Amino acid sequence: FSLLSLAVNVDLQTDGTLQVDISDALSERDKVKFTVHTKSTLPSFKQNEFSVVRQHEEFIWLHDSFVENEEYAGYIIPPAPPRPDFDASREKLQKLGEGEGSMTKEEFTKMKQELEAEYLAIFKKTVAMHEVFLCRVAAHPVLRKDLNFHVFLEYNQDLSVRGKNKKEKLEDFFKNVVKSADGVLVAGVKDVDDFFEHEKTFLLEYHNRVKDASAKSDRMIRSHKSAADDINRIASTLYTLGTQDSTDVCKFFLKVSELFEKTRKIEARVAADEDLKLADLLKYYLRESQAAKDLLYRRGRALVDYENANKALDKARAKNKDVLQAETTQQICCQKFEKISESAKQELIDFKTRRVAAFRKNLVELAELELKHAKVTSPHLLLVKN
Amino acid sequence: MERKPPPFPDSEEQEAHSEKAEEESGDDDDDDDDDGGEDIFTGNDLFSEEGSYPGVQEPSVDNQHASNGLRSDDDEQDLFAEARVELSLDRSSTKGIREVTRSSPSAPDISYKSSTSKMSFEKPEEEESNDKFELNIAVTHPEKVGDGMNAYMVYKVSTQTTLPMFKSRAFSVRRRFSDFLGLFEKLSEKHAQNGYIVPLPPEKSVVGMTKVKVGKEDTSSTEFVEKRRAALERYLHRVVSHQNLLQDPDVREFLEKDELPRAVSTQTLSGAGFLKMINKASDAVNKMTIKMNESDNWFEEKLQEVENEEQQLRKLHAVVDALVNHRKDLCGNTAVFAKSMAMLGNSEDNTALSRALSQLAEVEDKMEQLHQEQASNDFFIFAELLADYVRLLGGVRNCFDQRIKTWQRWQDAQSTLQKKREVEAKLLWANKPDKLQQAKDEITEWEAKVTQYERDFERICATVRKEVLRFEKEKSNDFKVHIIKYLESLLVSQQRLIKYWEAFLPEAKAIS
Repeated sequence: FSLLSLAVNVDLQTDGTLQVDISDALSERDKVKFTVHTKSTLPSFKQNEFSVVRQHEEFIWLHDSFVENEEYAGYIIPPAPPRPDFDASREKLQKLGEGEGSMTKEEFTKMKQELEAEYLAIFKKTVAMHEVFLCRVAAHPVLRKDLNFHVFLEYNQDLSVRGKNKKEKLEDFFKNVVKSADGVLVAGVKDVDDFFEHEKTFLLEYHNRVKDASAKSDRMIRSHKSAADDINRIASTLYTLGTQDSTDVCKFFLKVSELFEKTRKIEARVAADEDLKLADLLKYYLRESQAAKDLLYRRGRALVDYENANKALDKARAKNKDVLQAETTQQICCQKFEKISESAKQELIDFKTRRVAAFRKNLVELAELELKHAKVTSPHLLLVKN
Repeated sequence: MERKPPPFPDSEEQEAHSEKAEEESGDDDDDDDDDGGEDIFTGNDLFSEEGSYPGVQEPSVDNQHASNGLRSDDDEQDLFAEARVELSLDRSSTKGIREVTRSSPSAPDISYKSSTSKMSFEKPEEEESNDKFELNIAVTHPEKVGDGMNAYMVYKVSTQTTLPMFKSRAFSVRRRFSDFLGLFEKLSEKHAQNGYIVPLPPEKSVVGMTKVKVGKEDTSSTEFVEKRRAALERYLHRVVSHQNLLQDPDVREFLEKDELPRAVSTQTLSGAGFLKMINKASDAVNKMTIKMNESDNWFEEKLQEVENEEQQLRKLHAVVDALVNHRKDLCGNTAVFAKSMAMLGNSEDNTALSRALSQLAEVEDKMEQLHQEQASNDFFIFAELLADYVRLLGGVRNCFDQRIKTWQRWQDAQSTLQKKREVEAKLLWANKPDKLQQAKDEITEWEAKVTQYERDFERICATVRKEVLRFEKEKSNDFKVHIIKYLESLLVSQQRLIKYWEAFLPEAKAIS
């Protein structure tokens, strides 16, 4: 998976000053080790080129540190990469191993190859997701300067970032509950600014629909894969039938079996391409739209705080008590709010541009791939027919 | 119709057969044209009426293709396009040997109509003076008669023929499912014991029929009716393709007679029921541990082959069934996804992208239709073919068992004869003249029986051999024809897919 082929990695202004990629990855028992490779001319780094090994938890740590940083409240924080999940694939491999006795050697080898290919595909995808996250950070004019980010890239020891323990996970859970309740309150506040009001409505609806589309596309692609698997089994059975004898009809069966084998490979590729170009795209924009929503929430929150500070200031002035304190608070809130608003606007515009470009690229590629595959299938079919 | 898939190249199919076929096919070719069917049917009231089809799935977007499973108006003309059987009778032979060539389906309609089976074979030994006769049968117009639990479906069986043994050239009758079963019962009573492979009718289905009776007008009962109609049609084709069976007056009566006595005994009997009986009988036979002195390994080998094949076909059928279901799932999921995409397109505020997403939704919608039709094809062309043959192979096994039974009968007669002779010897020795005469009579009787049964056995051996070869040829052709048809449908699917995506590509490129 080259950087350029990634669904979402479009339109990122990567200049020569900081380039990040994942040059290697190793899958062990229950964790994946990513080799993060950096090339940079920035003076803050000790060397121009270096690599470190990172695990998923460290990526999450980095992401969370951005989210918790007040300074970055006005930016869309690039969504964290999803946890590498090989469970389903491993389960299937295990089931295959158990069912080895009930199928012919050819079938078993074939299915094993299939599953191994699937495993590899999932692996590549998770590498890509982690890479995209880093690239988005590296491309962001402010985030790329973050200290934690530099440490992440450069510090060649283990960051000793442990996964959250139960207590922390519980805290997170409550935080989220509070946040969503708050989010509803904040969303209810009508914004004076048309731009943001429109964005709020738009993002809410868009996010929900992307979520829906993502789930449905996953289901559709799964059916597609099942159908391809069936064709695989049909090919095997036809092969067995064809090898029973050397009569005319048996030769015919062998030819058809070959054809189905080819068709199946193509169908599987089609499903994989749909997965990549469509499903992954939707999944990514699901996460990004959430991040955008989070930004709006933060701004909304800041707006509410600002308005509250204003009210408090008025009250203080009326009572002539703690006026200075109220003024200071109000100032801070005002600054915070304006800072967020300013950057948020740009961020949201960028988000739109990125989104349109990504969709365009992927839809075009999807169509081209579908055509390519269909055109390959047809001559095969014709061959057997004759 | 804009795009016709290439018609089956007739010449290819017939190349496999001897020159006899090619000589004859001179005449055939005319009839094999796309228009062949129309000559016979224009102006014929029988075939111009509209069918009363139960609720159909929505007609396909493309006019090129008929709607799922049920014949569209276009096909009325070509009702028999796939049903042609060409027979040539050799009048000189008492057995009614003939060469049967079935013309390939020339209808441009390539959806999974299951009535195609092409068979071509000839008797290698005999020279025949052949007159070309035609016999086309179609089963159409399923209609529900009555209501409630006493309701039943009636099918129109239309025959069109030039065979002299029928009273007229074109006629049709109405038959219900139990009539078909009745026909099967009569035929197997008469012919199975002689080693003929009697084609099996489709299975009874309580669930399927109950839905229909209750009047559920949903896709599953429509599908069920169509599945049954197609299976009944294939059944009749197989029956009339069998030279001996066609001569049976019961078959003629079935096709011709207006009112058939209700086949009551079939209420519990069906292809499956019969098969069960056969299986029980053959198990019984096996349990008797008959060690037949096989003078000819051919039978043992063949039986083994048949059993292996049956097993493989069952497996294949199960997998194709799974494919059908997954495709149906895919179909449903694609439809849902298309709607979702349309919604997403609606909320997208970039106009070009919004339009592209809507277009994508439309493409996916069309894909859904493609999947739907493909699933039907999978089913009607492929899965049903396999199901048929799994059942038919059961019939073949029965045929072998009949042979063993015949052998057994002969052996039993021989041992009875032996016993009678011993009795006679004893009586001679004991000198009882009155009983002696009886014994002698019995011996004569049993000697005759032994000869008879031996001849029966030899005859059944020959018949079974012949039948198996005939069956294998028929099966070989059937498979080839159907699988090729299936592949053609896949091809067309792909072509349509290409069309859709090609239309979409510029829309995607136009996003900015």
